[in-house]
Amino acid sequence: MQFALLIYESAEAFESRKSDGTDAYTGAWRAYYKAMIEAGVYIGGDPLEVPETGTTIKITEEKRGVQDGPYADTKEQLGGFTILELPSLDEALEWAARCPAAAYGAVEVRPLAPQTKRRIVE
Amino acid sequence: MNGVGEEVTHRTVERVARESYGRLVAYLSVHTHDLAGAEDALSEALLKALTAWPRDGVPQNPEAWLLTTARHSLIDFFRHQRVASASEPDLQIFARSSTEAAMETNYPDERLKLLFVCAHSAIDPAMHTPLMLQAVLGLDAVRIGGAFLVQPKTMGQRLVRAKTKIRDGGIRFEVPEKRELPARLDAVLEAIYAAFGIGWDDMVGADQRGRGLAEEAIWLARVLLQLMPGEPEIQGLLALMLHCEARRRARRGPNGRYIPLSEQDPKLWSVPLTEEAERHLAEAFQRGRMGRFQLEAAIQSAHAERARGGRTDWPAIVLFYEQLLRLSPALGTIVSYAAAVAEANGPEAGFAVLEAIKREDAANYQPYWAVRAHILQRLGKTQDAGEAYDRAIGLAEDPAVREFLLQKRG
Repeated sequence: MQFALLIYESAEAFESRKSDGTDAYTGAWRAYYKAMIEAGVYIGGDPLEVPETGTTIKITEEKRGVQDGPYADTKEQLGGFTILELPSLDEALEWAARCPAAAYGAVEVRPLAPQTKRRIVE
Repeated sequence: MNGVGEEVTHRTVERVARESYGRLVAYLSVHTHDLAGAEDALSEALLKALTAWPRDGVPQNPEAWLLTTARHSLIDFFRHQRVASASEPDLQIFARSSTEAAMETNYPDERLKLLFVCAHSAIDPAMHTPLMLQAVLGLDAVRIGGAFLVQPKTMGQRLVRAKTKIRDGGIRFEVPEKRELPARLDAVLEAIYAAFGIGWDDMVGADQRGRGLAEEAIWLARVLLQLMPGEPEIQGLLALMLHCEARRRARRGPNGRYIPLSEQDPKLWSVPLTEEAERHLAEAFQRGRMGRFQLEAAIQSAHAERARGGRTDWPAIVLFYEQLLRLSPALGTIVSYAAAVAEANGPEAGFAVLEAIKREDAANYQPYWAVRAHILQRLGKTQDAGEAYDRAIGLAEDPAVREFLLQKRG
């Protein structure tokens, strides 16, 4: 079963991306990535550029609305996602708890929806 | 009703609920075998108390009031359900004995039976601790789910399933007979220990099954000891938890920095808690029946010696671990043993213990990687140590532990 870990990060966490990579947060991420690879659960994933680079489009009543920035204006913003192959939600929650962002932002665990995808793709 | 009075009443209800919850649920469920029904009846009684007590004053015996009220709603419920004839005699006994009990106010304490039911072998071992926390202490699924990293909704469903099994599965509400007592008691102790979530004391990281429930676990052990005085393993478990609890203040430095046991300032260890732990352990030893929890407590007691003697007696700790491994060769114990051997006999000897562990067994076990990294570093194998540190950091959940390991890694 595949799960997405949706990584919500604080402004400070996004700020750490400007560092030279020797900061603790980035170091923790590097180790976390390695642990997922070694455990054989990692399918894929990527960080997203900082929220300010987002542009949101929403069409209401045939009118195109374009908005600078991310969809939801919240303190923590979607900063990336990781997709893992795991037997059940229990293991997914364990990996989410190990995620460095869990202590500074939040990590949402969601199962992928392969059936919905099939309806679209096939 | 003024606000202050209301607040006082609220606090009284809370206090009575906290102190009497397990006793009342145990008593209400022991004849019906219906834990969920007993809990619902008690919640309803507590709700009624919140409106009745501010209006009429807190009854002289709040516990008896709650028992009578809960019993009434339980009997109503059973009448509505028209329960199968098989359980009707039970209901009658229950109704009669409760009436007597409510009048006497001195009803029997059935919590021991309840503890054994919660840790019954017919119930999924993963549910032993959550069941106890709910039935005996009244913790809700949200709190329990948080501690065990399970969705509150799922935890709620699992609790319901376990209670259905207790009600319909013919699990007897009784203290097991002498012959099967040791095995059954082990399961009860194991469940309490799981709530404590120990391990992060002498190692960096841990099995943290049941985070943040330390106080509840100690309370459960105290209740158990009160119900079965003189059981050496109960006192062993209590001593073990009290030793670890005694170090709570010493574990974190300024800004929440993680401080491992070996670097803790013994002056910050709580003297009363340590003394209480020592007292329980000494009493347990006197019975001459050694067991797993007494050995684990003995190891913590040896660590506590540093407060008096200034140094840790590692060879003694190694010996206790060897005895412990003969009783139960759990992965966590082997890893701790390796760390102790490395201190007592040098890093090569400690590394040999680690190498005997199958790699796939330890792949995602954080303490294994933390100890491995530490030993490799002492052996001067910087690159291998770095790899092991990465795994330990990647598997850590506690940000303070992660930070600590990142610094060690260098």
